[in-house]
Amino acid sequence: MSGYQDKIKETAKRLLKEGSVEMVIGFRKGTLPMMNEPCFIRRPEDVHQLVWDSNCGINLANYLTDRKEKIAIVAKGCDSRNIVTHIIENKIKREKLHIIGVPCQGMVDKRKVAALCAGDIENVTEDGDVLTVTCQGAEKKLSRKEMLQENCTLCIHRNPVLFDELVGEPVAEQTGIDRFAEVRRIEAMESQEKWQYFEDLLAPCVRCYACRNACPLCYCPTCFVDESKPQWVGKSQNPIDIRTFHFLRAYHCAGRCTDCGACERACPMGIKVRQFTSKLNKDVLEMFGWEAGMTLEQRPPLDTYKPNDPNDFIK
Amino acid sequence: MNLMEHMGIEPGRLQFSWISSAESTKFVEVVKDVTSSVKALGPNTTYKKQAVKVA
Repeated sequence: MSGYQDKIKETAKRLLKEGSVEMVIGFRKGTLPMMNEPCFIRRPEDVHQLVWDSNCGINLANYLTDRKEKIAIVAKGCDSRNIVTHIIENKIKREKLHIIGVPCQGMVDKRKVAALCAGDIENVTEDGDVLTVTCQGAEKKLSRKEMLQENCTLCIHRNPVLFDELVGEPVAEQTGIDRFAEVRRIEAMESQEKWQYFEDLLAPCVRCYACRNACPLCYCPTCFVDESKPQWVGKSQNPIDIRTFHFLRAYHCAGRCTDCGACERACPMGIKVRQFTSKLNKDVLEMFGWEAGMTLEQRPPLDTYKPNDPNDFIK
Repeated sequence: MNLMEHMGIEPGRLQFSWISSAESTKFVEVVKDVTSSVKALGPNTTYKKQAVKVA
């Protein structure tokens, strides 16, 4: 992983120096441990800020929307798929991008780590599969693999699908993973049970819209929840309004979601927001054999018409 | 529709149909079907926003 970091810095420096890009989008250390933040580097002398470790879970494709300058962007597997989605949705031009692909081995879920440590975490370092967490003066060793975000444990596209250069050898993709076990568990429930499950799931929601803001798909100039003429959905804390927000937002991501986990990572209340999008991802895979962001050649199933599109639901 | 049912709307409460303006018989059939299946399910108790109570 640290090899990646040096390569990212080196590449960023080279690109900025030769002037082939105006800006590099990557990560730098955040003010808190495990909270790397996006950074925008415009001068070669600033590239030392760039970092790469297991806390780079934010999806950087989110910062590309409608950009006009030439940009180099650091992209994991999921980021690259969202870049593809951005390109086919005309939110950025391919020729404006220099994609620095990073083969990814999953990102650490800061909540999993925090749950195992009593008190504030002061520092986290990693070496291979070992995370060393300093918490109230005491050091604790954890397995990085066991601390991964749920979406990363279910990921089957760790290597970038679209890139101009890679910072390391492609990593082995995970195989034999049951990505939709959780969705099937809910599918097996009775309607009343399902209703209650989502009721409990969304109970802590404070409607801060962090999930929407972190999501690279949510780039509408005015989101439907912010509209007031007409007002599509109530703006209150009423459970029905909260539910309407979540399932409508999920529908807007149907056939576009790459399961990058940015929404879940951003949620301050730790709500498993992916419960909505995973169901749609499963459906779109079963009905159209589609996974978002894998190719520039094909239009997504929900913006094309084919005579054999499944339409059993229309009577 | 799948997601609606996935989050707890009873199957049959939400229905879609495509009816041409010339298909009057189909329209009547669909209306009959929808009303009878929704009646069988009974009143909607879940996805319903209660009016705000003012003291």
